[in-house]
Formats: sequence, structure tokens, C-alpha cells
Amino acid sequence: MEMLYLAIALFLLLTLVAGLWRVLRGPTSADRMLAAQLFGTTAVACVLLLAQAFERPMLRDVALIFALLAAVTAVAFVRRAWAAGDQNDAVK
Amino acid sequence: MEAISLLPLMTLLQLVFDTLLGFALLWLAWRALASPELFQAIVLFIAFGLLMALAWVRLDAPDVALAEAAIGAGLTGALLLATLARLEVKNRAKSELEKKHEVRVITEKSKHQTFFFLLRMLLFMVVATGLVYAVLTLPENTSGLAMPVLENLESSGVSNPVTAVLLNYRGYDTLLELSVLLLALLGVWSFGGIPKPYRSFPGPVLNMLSRLLIPLLIMVAGYLLWVGAHAPGGAFQGGSVLGAAGVLLLLVGWRLGTRFVGLPLRITLVFGVGIFVSAGVVFILLGRQFLEYPPSFAGVLILLIEAAATLSIGITLAALFLGGRPEFRRHK
Amino acid sequence: MLLSEFLTSVLLLAGAFFFLAGTVGLLRFPDVYTRLHALTKADNVGLGLMVLGLALQAESWAVAGKLLLIWLLVLLSSASVAHLIAKAARQKGIEPWKQ
Repeated sequence: MEMLYLAIALFLLLTLVAGLWRVLRGPTSADRMLAAQLFGTTAVACVLLLAQAFERPMLRDVALIFALLAAVTAVAFVRRAWAAGDQNDAVK
Repeated sequence: MEAISLLPLMTLLQLVFDTLLGFALLWLAWRALASPELFQAIVLFIAFGLLMALAWVRLDAPDVALAEAAIGAGLTGALLLATLARLEVKNRAKSELEKKHEVRVITEKSKHQTFFFLLRMLLFMVVATGLVYAVLTLPENTSGLAMPVLENLESSGVSNPVTAVLLNYRGYDTLLELSVLLLALLGVWSFGGIPKPYRSFPGPVLNMLSRLLIPLLIMVAGYLLWVGAHAPGGAFQGGSVLGAAGVLLLLVGWRLGTRFVGLPLRITLVFGVGIFVSAGVVFILLGRQFLEYPPSFAGVLILLIEAAATLSIGITLAALFLGGRPEFRRHK
Repeated sequence: MLLSEFLTSVLLLAGAFFFLAGTVGLLRFPDVYTRLHALTKADNVGLGLMVLGLALQAESWAVAGKLLLIWLLVLLSSASVAHLIAKAARQKGIEPWKQ
């Protein structure tokens, strides 16, 4: 069973690394931000799998923190960074 | 039998996982520093924080993983984004003429660039050589300080060795860390008042989200503080979660009432350092050393200090996010 | 293999498939709105399946409850954030993709 947990965690890490392409590519800031949002969820799943694979129950708290704080960055993006207006995204 | 045959494969999987994680971290660090576009750099930095927390998980350091998850992946991203927003407002206010002038100054400087490049490379080489030397001369096969820490755990008042080190054996470090955080806030405050309030209604979705999340964040901060005595957690982790609650409140548009902005806010900010120092001073007067606690009530003391520190850290982080002295009014 | 282990494996693999689908959507879809769709829907189902699979192996009900709480939190923030980003993108004047 540990093998399966670890293999799936590795697979998730691979999808996360692949998703980085979207951060580099953009084109708008929102695209980059939502990629970061996906990484957050992937990291939650990854930590939960590692907690189960290595029998470290306290690692679930790390996943809990990820889940709790996932929204804060995105809200800061919508309310501050994008509200201030970044010229790259303004559609003429 | 099955378990034995699977063992090498398990090690291989771990190795692949760790290698991928390591290279991804290096690449992210490089891209976040080298990226010409600030927003992209921030998102890469957030991803770096997430992977860094995973790396701490793999290194079996759940305390650091918790702190990294809360600060690296959560709060720093919000802080950087708010800073970027302020920078952009400022940049737009700059007139075109100023921009042209700036460009000219930069081109004039380009003669010196080769020199500075060489200087940077030299510095880099020196630091790299030093690091390689330090790693190569590390003593082999030492148990480090883990054994003495575990042997004295009973007299520390807590059963989580990390908390014992942070609050009891190495109390100085933690006290100074708290002071550094306060100093950072003083630095931000010295820049002047808060930027013009952002007037826009949060809307029903954000309203509901904040109403659900903020109580939960405060509760989890308390949970992390309490659990720190015997499992991973503690003041810094709890404080950063509390800080995140403050940041979310500020983002929704909530502001501290003017009655509380002056003295009450300042007292809360220095509360953690204050309790820490006074606990130390009281025991000097009782004939002990600074920050040396009697084992009989070290546990209660540590909880008290950590509770005060959690509150102060949380409020300091939220105040940092505000980005200026709250009672200072702008004239323009 | 126990029945619970078999179920866990199936659920985890299904969850991993949804994560893959989310990433493919993130990389391949043509604009912000469609990418948001791929991300938040697929991703949350993926995490939900994984949480369900791991909860079957949990040592106590409290742990299963914590796993469920984590999933609910991610659901809450993903759904809200998807809405907020889409709304902001609309206000910004980014046109939805048309064929």
C-alpha cells in the first residue's frame, strides 16, 4: 500500500511541475494565479498521501494549513494586485 | 516475502520523488529571481513555498513544514501581491518624462556593469567555496544535539522537543526573532501612512467566504498553539494563521476602529516580547539566569509566553500587510 | 488484498486521473474561463476521491473527520476563488473564448 501512496504522490508532483508551464506562459495574471491555486490543491493531496505512506499523522495539520490559507493569496490577488490594474492585462 | 521484494522499489520511488522535488525547487528559485515580470516572479515564489513545505515534510520536519505552509505559501504571497499593487499605482503616477530620464540614467551606468558583474561573480565564488568547504568538513557520524535535548525533555515543561528548544533551551533566539518581526513593522511604519483605502464592496461570495474562514482560522491558530506543547505546532505557526485571518479581514475591507488604533494596538504588538522579557527578568530577581525557568511550572510559563507571542505575531503580520502606520493620515 | 485496500486503491487512482485531467485542462484550454472550469471542478473531485480513499484507511473516526474537513475547506475556497477570479477577469474586459 505504501508503494501506491508514494507512487501517486510522485505522480501528483509531476502534474504540478507540468502545470508550471502555465505560470511561465500566462498570458494574463489570472492564468498564473489559477495555476498557483491548482498547485495548492495538489500539495494538499500530496501531503495527505505522504502522511499515510510514512504514518506521520501530524503531517495532516500541514495539509489543513494549506487548505485554510489557499484562499488568502487568491483574494489578495483579486482585491489588490488586479484591482490596482496591471497594464499587461488591460484589453484595449 | 512480498514486502522484502518491494523494498528496493520503494527506495527508488523515494529517490525519484526527492530528486524531482530538489530540482524543481532549484529551478523555481532561479526563475523567481531571474523573471523580468514581477507578477510571474511572485506566483513562482508561491509555488516555491508550496514545494519547500513538501521538502520539509520529506525531511521529517513537520514543525518547519507547518511554518513554511503558513508563511511561505500563504502569507508571503498575499504580502508580495499587495506590495506589487502599490508599486503599480506609483508607477502609473510617474510622468512619462521621469521615465525617460530614468532610462537615460540607466544607459549611462552600463559602463560600470562589467565591473559589477565580475564583482558579483567573485562574491558568488567566495560564498560557494565557503559552503562547499563547510559541507565537506562536517563531522561524520555525530548524533548532534538530539540526545541532550531528549534527555532533558522532562525538565523543559513540554513534550515536543522542538518547542522545548525554541522556548526553553534557546529562548534567546526566539525572543530575538520576535524582536526582528517588530523591527520589520517599525521599518514599514517609518514609510508613512497607509495607502488610500480601497473602496469596493466585497460582494456576497467574498463576504460568505470570509465569514466562514475567519472564525476557523482563529480556531486553528488556537489549536496550533495548544498542540505545540506535545506535537508539531507552536507560536509562530499559530501566529501566522492568526495573521492570515487579519489579512483576510483587511482584504474584505474591515478596518480597526479609531479608538483601538493608538495605544491598544501598540500594546498588543509588544505584548509577546514584553511577556517573554518580563518572565526572564522575574527569574533573574529570584536568583536564576535570564530565561531559565524552574521545571515545576515551565510548562505553564511556556504556554503563557507562547499565547502572548501568538497574539503579537498575528497582529504584527496583519499590520505589516496594511503597509503603513494606521493612525497616520495622508494629506494628499 | 483486503476489500478496503482494494477500494482505497481504486479511489486513489481515480483521484489521480482527475488531477491529471485538471492539469491537462490547465495547459490545453484556450482561455481563463475554461481553464478555471477545468481546474476547480476536476481538481476538487480528484481531491474528494483521494480523501475518500484515505479515509477508508484512517485509524479513527476523528482522522476521517479531519480529512473530510480539509476537503470541505478546499471546496469552499476553490469555488469562491473561481468565482472571484472569473468576475475580476470579466470586469477587466477579458473576452470569453469563442470558436
